[in-house]
Amino acid sequence: MSMTDHEKEGATMAWTPDQLRAQEGFRAFVDEAIVPFADLWDRDEHLPEGIVRALADRGCLGATIPTDLGGGGYDSATFGILCEEIGRGSASLLSLLTVHGMVCQALTIWGSDEQRAQWLPRLATGATLGAFALTEPNIGSDAKNVETTVTRLEDGSYRLDGKKKWISCGQIADLFLVFGQQEGKPVAFLVEKDRPGFSRAPLSGLLGFRAAMLAELTLDGCVVPEGNMVGRPGFGFTHVAGAALDHGRFCVGCGCVGLARGCLEACLDYTSQRKQFGVHLREHPLIQRMLTDMITHIEAARLLCVEAGVMKDARDPRSIMATSTAKYFASTMAARVASDAVQIHGANGCGQEYPVQRYFRDAKIMEIIEGSSQIQQTIIAKFGHLDHVRDQRARSRKGSRG
Amino acid sequence: METTVKIREFLEKFIRDADVADDEDLFATGLVTSLFAMHLVLFLEKEFGVKVDNRDLDFDNFRTINAIVALIEKKRATA
Ligand SMILES: Cc1cc2nc3c(=O)[nH]c(=O)nc-3n(C[C@H](O)[C@H](O)[C@H](O)COP(=O)(O)OP(=O)(O)OC[C@H]3O[C@@H](n4cnc5c(N)ncnc54)[C@H](O)[C@@H]3O)c2cc1C
Repeated sequence: MSMTDHEKEGATMAWTPDQLRAQEGFRAFVDEAIVPFADLWDRDEHLPEGIVRALADRGCLGATIPTDLGGGGYDSATFGILCEEIGRGSASLLSLLTVHGMVCQALTIWGSDEQRAQWLPRLATGATLGAFALTEPNIGSDAKNVETTVTRLEDGSYRLDGKKKWISCGQIADLFLVFGQQEGKPVAFLVEKDRPGFSRAPLSGLLGFRAAMLAELTLDGCVVPEGNMVGRPGFGFTHVAGAALDHGRFCVGCGCVGLARGCLEACLDYTSQRKQFGVHLREHPLIQRMLTDMITHIEAARLLCVEAGVMKDARDPRSIMATSTAKYFASTMAARVASDAVQIHGANGCGQEYPVQRYFRDAKIMEIIEGSSQIQQTIIAKFGHLDHVRDQRARSRKGSRG
Repeated sequence: METTVKIREFLEKFIRDADVADDEDLFATGLVTSLFAMHLVLFLEKEFGVKVDNRDLDFDNFRTINAIVALIEKKRATA
C-alpha cells in the first residue's frame, strides 16, 4: 500500500468529497510553489513577496473569515488540511498563515462591527497582513502580565509604550494586534504599521523559522484612537488573546503533522536509496522501527487534530482542551520525528542537501510557541483534575440517589 | 430557573467548593482564569443559542450566576 493510499484510507475517512478535493489542491500547490524553495527561503531568512501573494490569491489568508466579510468560510477540517500541507512545505510560511489567522480570528469573534467591516475584507485578500504581538523581552509564558503600558488620553485616544519581541512576520505585517495593561487591566489594540511612535527591527540568526521575518517592535508614545481597542479593558488576555491563541494552537498542531509527514516522506525516499552493509537502510530492523513510530505517531497526532476541528465547528467548549492536547502531542511528536529523520539520514541529515535539518530546527520551535510544552502540560493536567472531581461528584450523586 | 441550573452545572466543573450562591462574586472565588473564560463563552453560546460579542464584555455581566442568567435572558429577548 502506498503512503498516499494509506492516508486516504486512514484519518481522512471522515472527510467529505469537498474536503478531499481541497486536500488535493493544497498538496499540488505546496509541491509546486513551496517544497522546491523552502530551503532557499530558510537560508536567505526571507519569504519572497511572490509566495505571500500566491497564498493570498488562493484565498488561503482569508480561509477562516466568514464569507459575508470576504473570507473563505472554511470549516475547521479544511483549514486543518491547509495548515498540514503548508506545514509540510515550510514552517516559516505556516507561521505567516498562523499569526495572520490569529488576528483574523480575534477580530471575527471580538471585533466591533466597525473593525470587522474595516479590516476583515482586507485581511481576507491579503491586502493587509496581520501579526500577533504578545511576547516581550521580559514576558513570555506569563503573558497576562505583559509590561506594555496603555494610557487613556484626555481626547479619548490611547497611548501605548513598550517593546514586543519575537513577533513572527513583524517585518512585513501591516496590522498588529498588540497587548498591554491599562491600570492593571489587560487590553488589546490594533496598531497600524505607519502609526507615529511605532517602529520595528528585524531579528535574524534564529535556530528555526528562519524565513518567518521576525521582528522586535517598539511602541514609544504610539497613539491610537479608541476605535482600535479590541474587546474591553480586562478582557484583552482572557478573551481576545485567548481566541487568537486557540486558533494558533490548531494551526500549529496541524502544521506539525505536516512537518512530520515531510520528514517521513524524506526518510521513505532516503532509506530506499542509501545502502549500508550491502542492503538498503529500509531493510534494517532498527530503521524500520523508527519509520513505524513515525507513521504511528503522525496518524495519532492527525486524529487529535481532526477531533479538535470537529469540536471547533460544533463550537463545543471541549474544543479548547482538545486543541491544547492536539498542539502538545503534535509538536512533541514532530520534534521526535524530525530528530529521528536526521538520525536516519546520518551526516547527510546534517547537511544542506536534504531538508530534514530544516525540519529538525523548525520542529524545536513548535514546542515553544503558542504556549510551550510546559504550559500545555500544566493546563492539561489541571483540567484532568477538574474533570475527575466533576466525575466523582456526579458518581456520588448517582450513588446517593440509587 | 432552568437557565440557572444549567449554568450552575457548568460552573461546578470549575469550582472546587460546589456551593456557590447565585449572587456570590465569582471573581472572588479565584475561578476566573483565561481557560474558564473561554469555556464559559462557548458554553453559553452552545447551550443557549446566543452570540456573546464585544458589547457584552463587561465584568458585571459575568460577576455572579444571577448576572450571567440576566445576560442570557436579555440576549434571548433581543435576538
Ligand atoms: C520563532 C518564534 C516565533 C515567535 N512568534 C511569536 C509571535 O508571532 N507573537 C508573539 O507574541 N510571540 C511569539 N513568539 C514568542 C513565544 O510565544 C514565546 O517564546 C513563548 O510564549 C515562551 O515564552 P519565552 O520564550 O519568554 O519563555 P519563558 O516564558 O521565559 O519560559 C522559559 C522556559 O520556562 C518554561 N516555563 C515558563 N513558565 C513555566 C511554568 N509555569 N512551569 C513550568 N515551566 C515554565 C517554558 O516552558 C520554557 O521552557 C515566538 C517565538 C519564537 C521562538
